[in-house]
Amino acid sequence: MADRLSRNRTRTAWLFLTPMLVVLALVAAWPLLRTIWLGLTDANLLHLDDSKWVGLDNYTGKGGLLHDKVWWSAVRNTLWFTLLTVSIETVLGTVIALVLTRTFPGRALVRAAVLIPWAIPTVVSAKMWSWMLNDQFGIVNDLLLKVGLIDGPKAWTADPGLLMTSVVLVDVWKTTPFMALLVLAALQMLPKECYEAAQIDGVHPVKVFFKVTLPLIRPAVMVAVIFRALDAIRIFDLIYVLIGSRESTMTMSIYARQQLIEFQQVGYGSAASTLLFFIVALLTIVYVLVGRVKLGSD
Amino acid sequence: MKTYTGLLLVIGLATAAGCKKESSNSSAKTVDPAGKADKPAAPASAEISISCGSVGKDYDTCKSGADLWAKKTGNTVKVVTSPTSSSEKLALAQQMLASGATDVDVFSTDVVWPGILGTFFLDLKEYSAGAEKAHFESIIANNTVDGKLVALPWYTDAGLLYYRKDLLDKYQAQPPTTWEELTATAKKVQDGERKAGNKDLWGFVFQGKAYEGLTCNALEWVASYGGGTIVGNDGKVTINNPEAAAALDLVASWIGTITPSGALNYEEEESRALFQSGKAVFMRNWPYAYQLSQAAESPIKDKVGVTVLPKGSGASARSAATMGGWNLSVSKFSKHPKEAAELALYLTGPEEQKRRAITAGYQPTIKSLYEDKEVLAANPSFAMLQGSFANSVPRPSTATKGLYNQVSSAFFNAVQKVLNKQAKGKDALAELAEKLDGMSHGGKW
Repeated sequence: MADRLSRNRTRTAWLFLTPMLVVLALVAAWPLLRTIWLGLTDANLLHLDDSKWVGLDNYTGKGGLLHDKVWWSAVRNTLWFTLLTVSIETVLGTVIALVLTRTFPGRALVRAAVLIPWAIPTVVSAKMWSWMLNDQFGIVNDLLLKVGLIDGPKAWTADPGLLMTSVVLVDVWKTTPFMALLVLAALQMLPKECYEAAQIDGVHPVKVFFKVTLPLIRPAVMVAVIFRALDAIRIFDLIYVLIGSRESTMTMSIYARQQLIEFQQVGYGSAASTLLFFIVALLTIVYVLVGRVKLGSD
Repeated sequence: MKTYTGLLLVIGLATAAGCKKESSNSSAKTVDPAGKADKPAAPASAEISISCGSVGKDYDTCKSGADLWAKKTGNTVKVVTSPTSSSEKLALAQQMLASGATDVDVFSTDVVWPGILGTFFLDLKEYSAGAEKAHFESIIANNTVDGKLVALPWYTDAGLLYYRKDLLDKYQAQPPTTWEELTATAKKVQDGERKAGNKDLWGFVFQGKAYEGLTCNALEWVASYGGGTIVGNDGKVTINNPEAAAALDLVASWIGTITPSGALNYEEEESRALFQSGKAVFMRNWPYAYQLSQAAESPIKDKVGVTVLPKGSGASARSAATMGGWNLSVSKFSKHPKEAAELALYLTGPEEQKRRAITAGYQPTIKSLYEDKEVLAANPSFAMLQGSFANSVPRPSTATKGLYNQVSSAFFNAVQKVLNKQAKGKDALAELAEKLDGMSHGGKW
């Protein structure tokens, strides 16, 4: 009896799950598998039908990804960008969240205002920043010159020494609110008792932050950092709009897009996409293991 | 990746479908009268769809021309709109042609596309009855792939030198004929004006961003020194030569002195913004910038001169302008190849090119139109610029075929390295030549 009931329940569960699984298979699994498969062929957009199986040539062959200097510089750029932006955003986001968790007049307004950069579509904000950072007409140069911080206009989006700074700056401006929001959510859940105890014991607020607040919000911050890092690794739109397909700021996504669309190399570009996928997967696994964050458990 | 192609396909189909509806309405409107008058129920009349450009006057001028043909022949024409950016147009055309779509019969194609898309287009020599002989030879050569004429020239573009007449007069300077002269004049005017309080003035602006436009600019520098066209017509990689290196080293010396270093992220419009707001003495740009600089609200109205680009130095120095412009090609999947080819021939023919030159200022590709009084009356600068158009330098897209975009990308990245002073011209070009040799398996593209 109980057996039949549980079997029934299992069947019902599957029934409810099936549409979701079908959709996932169609929009996630199928494209992914097809990309991996295409990455093992020499497919070209202009003659997709007569593509040949080339095994791992796109990866390890003579002209393969692992021998392409541009690919490696794209990998370096992406990781460097990810490291810089995620660290800065985590620190800034936490600071902002700590401020926003306090009660002060106009808090609701400030909380909403802080989110604005995150709400603007990336392409729009990148275009906006590209004008603000323009060397001749840009407001950034104008302000810095007036304050006297620089002695001549800087070419923020052209000078190789400044490119990464500009990109990181814009990304931090745009995505810090996301971090702040996630950390703020964690802060709101904290039990009041620990703080009361600390207050009674007369512990210094800085020590309270490091000994009480930080350990308590650490799991939430870890999740936020993973989200951000995975997002940052596939960065495309911001850099593409601000700078274009220039090698000195080319990321893995821009590289893959250039191969696929501009160069019509469907096989080779798919290999680059696949490698990006594996790098993301690998980093997630490493992060979960090292951070011992149990994403699956409740 | 698959998601990307899928997405593009969807966008492509949506665009095509959307346009179909919209333009069949309008074409029905325009063609009906002719249909009723001559051929009430002509079963032989075909419906031809043409994809024109969407920049500036592109769409309107193309539509009126196509309607004229439709009225004349009793066929129907659908005008399909396309994206404004040439790279997106290329991506869309690739998607449609790779899938064998019959939705578009006549494509407007950039001069660098014949090598990339040539296999999908009909040989128009079979239909043209020698009409191509009236056009500039350089463009016909560019459009001939493996002996097949895959595109008919529609209008041409070439790099030009814009200068500020008033400033050159003030410093008693002539428009420069060599790059060295340009360097000296730009410096003189810039220094003088800055001393006089015009602090934001720069000597020379061009298109230095890492994109196709930099390839056009750099090809002009290299070719004007007699440094060739990156890859020769026979497919041999020719870029590694001292003339090319000297050209790039000279340009590198401009950055930060007469050219703002921000120019390394400028496209056409950013450089025009600087020039048109009166902050530059010289500018390299396409012909379109002239009419805009003469608009009523332009601060430099009546202060602008246009001339051919300067020469390099050395034995084989010349003035070189990169060939731009658009062609018309007929898809081999067209259901009505004969009518489609006729439409392409009509639109690229002398009558229609003359109409386009007079009404919208498009530069003809037919030699004799540069002597036509009405054309010259509407466009006085054509007489002087004819040389630029006739002798313009094609990018090596025909020789490098499907790999052209890779060649161009490798080239502009190497050029940027030199302009950023991260490498000397000589070393950057040696590295580039090695890369291109590998890409082409020693010149066999």
